[in-house]
Parts: sequence; C-alpha cells; structure tokens
Amino acid sequence: MSATTVPTGDTPVFYQLEEEHHEPGGSTLLGFWMYLMSDCLIFAMLFAAWGVYGTSFAGGPTSHELFKLPLVAVNTAMLLFSSITYGFAMIAMQEQRKGAVQAWLLLTALFGAAFLGIELYEFSELIHEGAGPWRSAFLSSFFTLVGTHGLHVTFGLIWLFTLMVQIGRKGLIPANVRRLQCLSLFWHFLDVIWIGVFTFVYLFGAMR
Amino acid sequence: MSDTLIKMIFGRLSIESLPIHEPIVVATFAGVALGGIALVGALTYFRLWGYLWKEWFTTVDHKRIGIMYMVLGLVMLLRGFADAIMMRLQQSMAFGANEGYLNSHHYDQIFTAHGVIMIFFVAMPFVTGLMNFVVPLQIGARDVSFPFLNNFSFWMTAAGAALVMASLFIGEFARTGWLAMAPLSGLDYSPDVGVDYYIWALQIAGVGTLLSGVNLVATIVKMRAPGMGLMKMPIFTWTALATNILIVAAFPVLTAVLAMLSLDRYVGTQFFTNTGGGNPMMYVNMIWIWGHPEVYILILPAFGIFSEVTSTFSGKRLFGYTSMVYAVLVITILSYLVWLHHFFTMGSGASVNSFFGITTMIISIPTGAKIFNWLFTMYKGRIRFELPMMWTVAFMLTFVIGGMTGVMLAVPPADFVLHNSLFLVAHFHNVIIGGVLFGLFAGINYWWPKAFGFKLDKKWGLVSFWCWVVGFWVAFTPLYVLGLMGVTRRLRHFEDPSLQIWFVVAAIGAAIIAVGIAAFLMQIFVSIRNREALRDDSGDPWNARTLEWATSSPPPAYNFAFSPVIHDLDAWYDMKARGAKRPITGYLPIHMPKNTGTGIILAGFSLVVGFAMIWYIWWLAAAAFLGLLVTAIVHTFNYDRDFYISAEEVTETENARTTVLARLGA
Repeated sequence: MSATTVPTGDTPVFYQLEEEHHEPGGSTLLGFWMYLMSDCLIFAMLFAAWGVYGTSFAGGPTSHELFKLPLVAVNTAMLLFSSITYGFAMIAMQEQRKGAVQAWLLLTALFGAAFLGIELYEFSELIHEGAGPWRSAFLSSFFTLVGTHGLHVTFGLIWLFTLMVQIGRKGLIPANVRRLQCLSLFWHFLDVIWIGVFTFVYLFGAMR
Repeated sequence: MSDTLIKMIFGRLSIESLPIHEPIVVATFAGVALGGIALVGALTYFRLWGYLWKEWFTTVDHKRIGIMYMVLGLVMLLRGFADAIMMRLQQSMAFGANEGYLNSHHYDQIFTAHGVIMIFFVAMPFVTGLMNFVVPLQIGARDVSFPFLNNFSFWMTAAGAALVMASLFIGEFARTGWLAMAPLSGLDYSPDVGVDYYIWALQIAGVGTLLSGVNLVATIVKMRAPGMGLMKMPIFTWTALATNILIVAAFPVLTAVLAMLSLDRYVGTQFFTNTGGGNPMMYVNMIWIWGHPEVYILILPAFGIFSEVTSTFSGKRLFGYTSMVYAVLVITILSYLVWLHHFFTMGSGASVNSFFGITTMIISIPTGAKIFNWLFTMYKGRIRFELPMMWTVAFMLTFVIGGMTGVMLAVPPADFVLHNSLFLVAHFHNVIIGGVLFGLFAGINYWWPKAFGFKLDKKWGLVSFWCWVVGFWVAFTPLYVLGLMGVTRRLRHFEDPSLQIWFVVAAIGAAIIAVGIAAFLMQIFVSIRNREALRDDSGDPWNARTLEWATSSPPPAYNFAFSPVIHDLDAWYDMKARGAKRPITGYLPIHMPKNTGTGIILAGFSLVVGFAMIWYIWWLAAAAFLGLLVTAIVHTFNYDRDFYISAEEVTETENARTTVLARLGA
C-alpha cells in the first residue's frame, strides 16, 4: 500500500509498483445485485400490466370468483419457509459446516418444490375451469406475472441442486461461498416479489 | 411421409418459405452466398480458422471483443444502408402510374429491417464496442469485471444479428415498422414469421446488451485505478457509466413487453388485442418506456467522444467538466420522464401532454449546456483540425438543428400536425446521424491508432467526411420540407407529382452518403495497406490527455504492466507534464482470465432456439434449450478460469516497448 500514497514534494508516485491483492470475483455481488434490479424491472412491467388489466375480465370469470385464498396462504407459507431455511444454510456456511449447509439447502429445495407444485395445481385447476390465460386480459396478466415468478423459482431450484453437487465436490471454497451468496440474494428476491404478488394480485384481487 | 409428420419435423418451414419468387432477394442471396463461400474458402485456404477461434472468437480480452463489436456494426451498417438506398430509390420513382420496383410486401419489410438493423445492430454494437475497448483502458484497468460474460454478450448480439439476416432468405421479416406496434404485430394482422423473427432477434441480442451493461457498470464502479475518484473519471467513462445504467434500467422493459407480445402470438393471451380486454396502447406506452431511454443510450457515449476529442484537439482541459457530468446525469434521469411525447396523439388529454411536452423541452437545457462547454473548450484553444475534430465540428452544427426540430416536435399542438410525418423522420435522422454516427466516426478515427498502432488515412477520411456531411443535408432537408407539407412516413407510392422533385433530391443525398460509406471502407483499406507509413510507435499520436494513451498501441493483453496512480482529471496529461517515469524493471506476473468457447456455444444454442421457435419446430427448440441449459451448468463446474502471464513474458513485452520509446526519444 505504501507505494500508492502520494509523498510530499514535487514527484508524486505515478505507478503502483506492488501488485495490489484483488479478491477474485470482487465485483460479483455488485454485478449480481444489478442483474437482480434489472429482473425487478421485468416484474415491475408485469405488475404494471396487472395494474392496468387486473379488472379487464372481458365478461369472463373475475378474480373474486377464482382466487382461493387458503390455498394461496399455504403456498405463501411454503415460500417463506424456504427463505428461512436458506437463511439457516447461510449461517451454517459461515460456520463452515458443510453437512448442515447441504441439509438446509435440501430442505429449501423441498419447500420450493412444494410451492411450485401447489402453483401448478392452481394453474391446472384454473385452466380446467375455463379460466386459462387466453380467456381475458385479466387472466393473461395474472398467469404471466405469477408464472414468471414460478419460472424464476424453477431456475432457482436447478441452480440450487447444481450448487449442492458443487459443494459436495469442492466443499465451501470461496468460489462456492460466493455462489451461495448470489443464490441467497436471488432466493430472497423471489420472496420479496412474491409478497408483492400475494398482496396486490391475490388479496386485492379477491376483494374485487 | 404423412403431412403431420412433416409438420412435426419442420414446423411451418417449407420450400415455399424461401423467397424464390422475389428476384431482388434471389440476386442478393446469390451475392451473399458467393461472397460467403469465397470468405470461408479463403479462411480455410489460409488456415485462419484455428487462429480466429483461439485468438478472437473465444477471447475474453475486452479490446478484442470491442473490435469484434465494431466489425459486426460495420457489416450490419452495409445491410442497413442497402435498405435505406432501396427506400430512397423506390420513393423517388413511385409516382402516379409508376409503381416503382418494390411491391408493398417487400417495401414494408425493408423499412422495418432498416430501422431495426440501424438501431440494434449498427448503433448499439458500435457504441458498445467503443465502450468495451476504451473504458477499461481509460480507468487503468486490466479487463472488465466479468470477462467471460463480455464474450457471451458479444456472441448473443451477433446471434440476434444473424437471425435478422436469416430472415432475408428464409421466410420474411416484420412488416410493422421498427417498433412492431400492436395490434398490427399481433397474430391477427401479422400471421407470418416476420414478427417472430423480430421478437427473437431482439430478445437474444437483448440478453447480450443487458449483460454487457451490468458488466461495464460493475467495471467502472469497481475497477478504477488508485486515485481515480468519481470526479477524476474521464468524461467518456462518465457517459459510458450513465449509458450502461440506462441499459440496465431500460432493456428489461423491452424484454418484458416483447415477452408479452410473444405470449399474445404463441399462447393466445390478450395483452394487446382489441378483444378480450387487451389494450394496444399499453404496448405503445411500454415500448416507449424502453425506447426513449434507448436514444440516450446511443447519444450519451457520443457526447463523451466529442468531449474527449474537443479537449484533446484544442489542447485544453475540458471546459466545465463538473457541469458536463451533471448534465449527463440530468439527461439520464430525464430520459425516463418523456416517453409519452412519442404519441401525444394518443389523446391522453391536455395536462398529460403538457407534462411530457415540458419535460421534453427541459432536456434541451443540459444538452445546450454541453454544446456551450464544447465551444468554450475550443475558445482560445490551439485547434488541430484532424479528422476526429472535423467530425466534432460537423456534429455541433448538425446536431443543434436536429435538437431544435426536436423541441418543435415537443410542442403538443405542433406535434399533432407533424406526428408520423417525414418531418419526424428527418428529425431523428438529424440527431442520430448528426449525433451518434458522427460521434462514432470521430471515435473510430480517434481510437483506431490505439487499437491497431497506426493512424487512419486522412485523404480518404476527408472524402468520407465531406460526403457524409453534405449527403446527410441533401438527403434529409427535403424530408423536413415534405413533412411540413404533410407527407407521412412509410409510404410506398404517391399520387401528387409535385412532391417528386423533393424525393429525387433526397435520393441524390442518399447516393452521396453511399460514396461516403465507400470512402470510409477505402480509408480502412488504404490505411491497412500503408500501415508502415502511418505507424505510431509512441502510443500517443494525438498528444492526448487520458490514460488509454499511456500504454502502447496496440496495448498488451494486460493493458498496464503497473497500475497507474491518478492525481488529476487529465491523468495522462498530468503524467506527461510532471515527467512521470515509466518503470522499466521489477515486473511481476499478471493475473488474467482464460479464453473460453462457452460464450459462442451458448449463443449458438440460443440462435437455434430462436430459429426453431420462429418456425414452430418445437422439438428442435426444446432440444436446443436443453443444450443451452446443460452447457451453462457444465460451464459452472469449471473453476479453473484464470492464469498468470509470467514475469518473464511481461518483461520481454515491456523491454521491447522501452527500446521503441528510447528510439523515439533519441
């Protein structure tokens, strides 16, 4: 570091003669945050579409008739639990307990899969009742917003399983820790989005 | 084979999809095919494939990726301009009984392709390429934050361009105009593959653009050389930062709106239909929420180039650096508050229109401030009229006119008259050619010696310059006039013969521009041939002021053997003025990322996914998507991604540089 400080006098240092230690992947978390914010904008547009089309029933079924809040409550609980268990995985990671990390990740995956299962069941019920995404703009925006979230959870699960294999092979090396942190951001981000979906889509929709 | 089986294998692709009934397309295809075969043959004959693959296609070096972006932009410029000249020719002859030489089916594809190509596959690659090449050098970094992503981004952009090119020969392109407005772009009115080509080309290229935006923001925020605080960043880096923030904040909007349009087309949702509760105006709103920031994504880096050029060739520090930075930031924010001025005629009412009219006019204030800053930088400077400076002066004169017609359009009552007229077409060409393109030419002439170690030929550069500037005014002044007379855009045929003379003049202008493009190609060719005479060994041919000129031309893979330490805004000028000594011993091994072919493979799979989706070849789309996923996952199992350039190799490279510099000094 001494080479970087400017000495008093007329000849400042213009070149850093020692190699500064750069943490590999030092920008990864910043970059990943930016990716998440851009993803957030995709959801923002889908929420905007929901805001515009939320009551465009086109003579078809309304949100009040279609939404089953108890089912959605169970589903929400699944996703929130999965976030908590991911949090425990991160704590175990900080304590360098590889087995515990894997166990918590597996539990997270189970909750995530349960969430997806319930969502798919809900979708199939709706389509079965003749309330598919093509029925009205309301249903188009509903399926697209909720489905995009579900697609993200699906990719999160693929990522999670991949990471479990990688941790199994390499252990909690810095590269894997960084990946766990990124997936953590991603997973909690999906939770935040879901809070928005639960509130603005399901709760407000059921009240209409 | 039964029909269903053929349908299953080929989707809606059939022998009729090939436009063999369009002689123009067939002739073009023959030309492209022969040229392509000649190129492939030459590369094979000279055994260049291995070299290209190892040194270029798989490279993670930001400088080479930047150059590949520029090559892509140049190739696509030729295609986009071919479309332009075909339109000018058609409009100059199709009067009264004369139907011209293009049928409407073909003509509509041409104006759509022209807009899409010029914005997404010419201006964007050029801008991204320059930022990629210059920014890490300007901030004293060795590469970008995510070198692999950088390679992947480029290939995704190239894959998008490849899809647009494929549409010329397999099927057709959209006939909707460059923004594919709904409901015209819906399945009811555009049942063929054109809009699907449009959607998938933009979605695939959009992934590349977004990731390259994330990459460059992270690079600028995290990787600046020691001492370079935000207010010591070169102005081009500032504009690059603003532009990439805009990319990250705008391109997801495009992704979302195009995804909704594809759902309408593939799944039958009702987002933008007239029935089922949809609303086409929602599409217009959403696409312009992306579209307006997009024009600033293009122009801000051009402003950065002009700033660097003006300061360098006036031999003065940039006037009003701080105000320039704030102007850039204000424009960045305001660019999100003006989108509705693209459709005042939607009928949102006087208060909404007034709001957007006023925000639009406000943007001219920071922009005007920038013009004055450049003028004051030149004032009492020792101006050297090298090519980059000439482009800059031409920009100032041209762009001010374009800006003023923009303010005219920002007045809602005036816009009701001028909306969708040729006046608008003239306006945005005035700012995009006069602003973005002139900026890119200034940048290419300015940084070429840094990239290749020799200057561009001045004589052919001058020919290109004068043809472009004169050709631009000859081509677009008539469109201003026609627009004021009420002629709307995108027309294939006219009844009123009194208009013809204006279109003939515009066509002559386009022909002059064509000479300008040819002269530009000639300039590159002649410069490569005379490279020994044009060589610059100093690495600083223009006596410039920023860090990229502190290293050799072309720079070594690692850019700087030792990180420079920054004490002043014009870091390199400061180093020269205070006699900074380049260290000539004590080199250390340098940590660098390894090349990888994953980026091009992923982009290749994306291309196949897009093509298969366009033609409803579901099995192929699924298979290619699976390939994409597996390749991406396998890539994450590779932890061994970097290596060290040995101290000996660095010493050897740097000693050669020391010898060259000593010879120059002697």
